[in-house]
Amino acid sequence: MKVLYFAGLRTRIGRAEEQIELPAEVATVGELMAWMRGRGPGYAAAFAEGALVRAAVDQDYAGPDRALAGAVEVAFFPPVTGGGR
Amino acid sequence: MIRVQREDIDVSAELERLTAGRGDIGGVASFTGLVRGGEDGVRAMTLEHYAGMTERQLAYIVEDARRRWPVIEITIVHRFGRLVPGERIVFVAVAAAHRAEAFAACEFLVDWLKTKAPFWKLEDRPGGSEWVEARVEDDARAGRWERTP
Repeated sequence: MKVLYFAGLRTRIGRAEEQIELPAEVATVGELMAWMRGRGPGYAAAFAEGALVRAAVDQDYAGPDRALAGAVEVAFFPPVTGGGR
Repeated sequence: MIRVQREDIDVSAELERLTAGRGDIGGVASFTGLVRGGEDGVRAMTLEHYAGMTERQLAYIVEDARRRWPVIEITIVHRFGRLVPGERIVFVAVAAAHRAEAFAACEFLVDWLKTKAPFWKLEDRPGGSEWVEARVEDDARAGRWERTP
């Protein structure tokens, strides 16, 4: 599965995307976020408890309960800040 | 028409394209968002976006606006990349038979794109660059459309 990181998450993790093999025990977006925390200090900071992280599965917003089965692309990013002010 | 681009937005060309060859449009309401510098010392910003998802989310917002108001045409142009204060960052225009739906749909689109379109601002400040955090007020502005049609 392809995983993408944007904005502050990309900065903390130090890469924009990667391919990962999902461990068998990771079935949802929330479980993936928890698993990410254990992958290194950058990941731990990016996915820290209480960090505002939004997720998208195949380019649609997805909550923590969203199942990952069949997903091609998962993205993690902070709340969006586009537009004029 | 939805477009995400690095180049500046040619507002008059966009308005021209929106209404060209049509006799059923009674009015066009538009919003142009600019990069605001000034008091907080922002010298420039870099807008990052999620290519693909951006266009997809903007298309949903446009569909939603079309369900709510009888609008004729909609244009959204959003820029990405490095921008300095005074530059155009986003342009939204709605053409409709009557002004009321044009104004309402335009405001709805701007409010929603700020909370749904996957863009992030990296501000260039005197002390270094800093990711801008989302504003609660933007969610509140968008949220009021969930109650009033």
